[in-house]
Amino acid sequence: MQEQEPRSQRLIALFVLGCLLFNYPLLSLFNVAAEVFGVPVLYAYIFAAWALLVALMAIVIESRR
Amino acid sequence: MLQGYIIVLVSFAYLGLLFGIAYYADKRADAGRSIIANPYIYALSLAVYATAWTFYGSVGRAASDGIGFLPIYLGPTLMIALWWIVMRKIIRISKNNRITSLADFIGSRYGKSAVLGGLVTVIAVIGILPYISLQLKAISSSYAILLQYPEITMPARAAAAPLAADTAFWVALILAAFTILFGTRHLDAAEHHEGMVAAIAFESLVKLLAFLAVGIFVTYGMYNGLGDIFDRVRAEPSMKPLLTPIEGVAGGYASWVWLTILSMMAIMFLPRQFQVAVIENKDERHLDKAIWLFPLYMLAINLFVLPIAFGGNLRFPDGSVDADTFVLTLPMAAKQEGLALLVFIGGLSAATGMVIVETIALSTMVCNDLVMPVLLRMKRLRLAERRDLTALLLGIRRGAIVGILLLGYLYFRLAGEAYALVSIGLVSFAAVAQFAPPLLGGIFWKGGTRRGAMCGLLAGFAVWGYTLFMPALARSGWVPIGLMEQGPFGIALLKPLELFGLSGLDQITHAMLWSMIANVGTYVGVSLLGTRDAQEARQASVFVNAYRQAETPGASFWRGTASAEELHRLLTRFIGPDAADAAFREYARSRGLAWPGELQADANLVHFAEMQLAGAIGAASAHIMVASAVKEEALSVEEVREMLNEASQVIVYSHRLEQKSKELERATGELREANERLKELDRLKDDFVATVSHELRTPLTSIRTFSQILRDNPDLDPAERARQLGIVIKESERLTRLINQILDVSKLESGNVEWRPGPVDMKEIVEDTVAAMSEVARERSVELHTRMPERVPAVTADLDRIVQVMLNLLSNAVKYCDARQGKVEVALSQSQNVVRIDVRDNGPGIAPGDQEAIFERFRQASEPQSGRPYGTGLGLHICKRIVERLGGRIWVASGRSGETCFSFTLPMAS
Repeated sequence: MQEQEPRSQRLIALFVLGCLLFNYPLLSLFNVAAEVFGVPVLYAYIFAAWALLVALMAIVIESRR
Repeated sequence: MLQGYIIVLVSFAYLGLLFGIAYYADKRADAGRSIIANPYIYALSLAVYATAWTFYGSVGRAASDGIGFLPIYLGPTLMIALWWIVMRKIIRISKNNRITSLADFIGSRYGKSAVLGGLVTVIAVIGILPYISLQLKAISSSYAILLQYPEITMPARAAAAPLAADTAFWVALILAAFTILFGTRHLDAAEHHEGMVAAIAFESLVKLLAFLAVGIFVTYGMYNGLGDIFDRVRAEPSMKPLLTPIEGVAGGYASWVWLTILSMMAIMFLPRQFQVAVIENKDERHLDKAIWLFPLYMLAINLFVLPIAFGGNLRFPDGSVDADTFVLTLPMAAKQEGLALLVFIGGLSAATGMVIVETIALSTMVCNDLVMPVLLRMKRLRLAERRDLTALLLGIRRGAIVGILLLGYLYFRLAGEAYALVSIGLVSFAAVAQFAPPLLGGIFWKGGTRRGAMCGLLAGFAVWGYTLFMPALARSGWVPIGLMEQGPFGIALLKPLELFGLSGLDQITHAMLWSMIANVGTYVGVSLLGTRDAQEARQASVFVNAYRQAETPGASFWRGTASAEELHRLLTRFIGPDAADAAFREYARSRGLAWPGELQADANLVHFAEMQLAGAIGAASAHIMVASAVKEEALSVEEVREMLNEASQVIVYSHRLEQKSKELERATGELREANERLKELDRLKDDFVATVSHELRTPLTSIRTFSQILRDNPDLDPAERARQLGIVIKESERLTRLINQILDVSKLESGNVEWRPGPVDMKEIVEDTVAAMSEVARERSVELHTRMPERVPAVTADLDRIVQVMLNLLSNAVKYCDARQGKVEVALSQSQNVVRIDVRDNGPGIAPGDQEAIFERFRQASEPQSGRPYGTGLGLHICKRIVERLGGRIWVASGRSGETCFSFTLPMAS
């Protein structure tokens, strides 16, 4: 358990980060009629944040020390 | 033109391929070379989460709500970050206790309760029916649409068709047969279905590839990329709101949040998710990779939902085509025969994967937690005496699979067609979310009780039924619509969709809010108010402290008698002779013993047998069976509680330590006190010795001085010589007296005096002592009187000692009374039950401050003229000791230059 302790704390931190990213009010900042590369900014934001979260999880899980 | 038989043939070929994979995986597992024991297969099997709902329904939802479908996938992405903490614990608990299903888990946690397990099963079955009907609807309608290729026409309502012509009915039957083949070919002691998991993983790949294929085709084949699609949407006024859609979704952010929470629970507590994530888990470490692989899978399968949805909206702007079918109808519209068939297979894989795992999980629950506990309790069936029950177990499961699918079909006919796919699925999500409080509470909170879990589940389920399930039936006309619009009996506050007047929320948010309040509130409230029995307390500890448990967590709680052969027979009946033999041999080998022969039926073996049995028939039934085979001695609540409390040992030790330290403290206190007393005594002794030495030295000094004078001056005047010799004699007498008194004191204080108490006549003593003192008094010209009544009652005293007291007081009085007109009076009186003696003189008196002190050793009232006391300073101390020893009291009353009166009392002889 001991060496896994930082990992569970990092995962909890990611959970909290995810809750922030995918909720009001952060979400409302992107709920506007604008676009990046032709894609509405809200969609771009959600999928980017999602990908970021998955990437961070992978980094936390796969980093071995 | 796609012929019906081609579609059917391809479908069966696909199912056959699945079965081949499953068969191969089972063979490999039997050979001990599992192909599913790796994290990638585990992660892919978790993707059974993506069903026909995802495959067809997400697009349907996105076409009307924009990103409104996403919380269903964002929730699991968030939740899986916590799996490292939550799911790992659930897996550990399940492995330790050989849990076979969700119902088994909850029932087991709350004291291996068969009733609770049964309740969970009922809720799960009813709750999942809409979800299964969703799959049937998806398969049958996609088949019907594909059949019309290249025409695009929506299928007629199935409810109108006769049973034999209804595709959904045949789909249900085929799926039932197929699931039976998958899940119940043989009975596995641990409920592992390796073949099924392998097939599910394969299905996850198929549906992902099919969906990505159609997504890429729509985006880049039918349109010129994402930008093109979104540009066209912006050009269309009716679709513009879809681009910033959150406010457009009913309930807005509240709905968004609740859907996220709902899906967080669904990913853990849907029976099929529990099955693949917990029961089929081969190794806890597989969880690692799944934590990022599974969200990645969901991200991938959702990438093209919006392009397909918007593409469909643009392609079929008149609304003649159901948005739930865009995934299929777009390739059809583009005349892509092969792609359309692939999509159909993809949808089939999504639906069959869900149905297979879900019904296997539910059938296990129905068998182990609903039917078997009842059958085993029915003495009439004599089930406990049957030799082989494996066939019965398999039979129950097969029946359950058929039953569940037919019920799903029934729901499809009754209510399913009035809703879109996603709405149907959400009803099921809300039902399984009811398991969250008792399950999560159960693994982190020891205080949760069986009654609390039961009441919470019932309350939550009732609210769910009232606010979600019933309205679904009402919409199809099976429940009077007036109930929905006016509330029952016209009570508006009880309207199912606006309970207690709560309006403005969408149906799911509204139902979740109320059912969670009811569920959590009741669970916590009842738990806090109630008590637990021994079995519950034991299981609570086993579950909550899963990480701290040893290999056999329950064994230490068992006490009783059993025989190894009996346990073996029991196991044989349920899992077959081969498996039972193998299990016992393995167990015996692990202990270095031989089977049969050397194995003792101790607590560990009984626990082992119960766990093996639990793997086959669930914890509650296993507990009943083992209890029937062995005589278990009931443990009292106190005993279990004592064993349980993980800190109880520590507490006992610390309690003892505390006691010891208290004793030590007390002993130390006593010692210190004794030491103080000793020191005081030592000081008193030093004082005494110093005073005695001083007192002795004074007469000795004068004796020596006068003797020297007499020796050095032989021609001294004879009169002077006589005077000096007189002083020497007097000082010698004083010395003698002093020594006698010191001996007296030391005798009195050490308790070495022999007391001879008896009836004494005080009048006689007073007369005798006065007579004895009269000579001295006459010499000093002191008048000596007595004043006595005629008769005085006898007192209890020691004659010699009382005489000593009287003489002492009298000589003091004579010594200290007025030098010229000395008067001493002795008075005798009686009051109540004491006789009182007063010795009065007319001396200089004693200062009030000295009156107490003169009774202490070597304390004298200072003689005003010479400053040198006459006495030894011990006389009054001796008197006090004697009087008090005889039960009397002595005191003095005097004023300066007044008369002094020494009084003492003695108790009358009874």
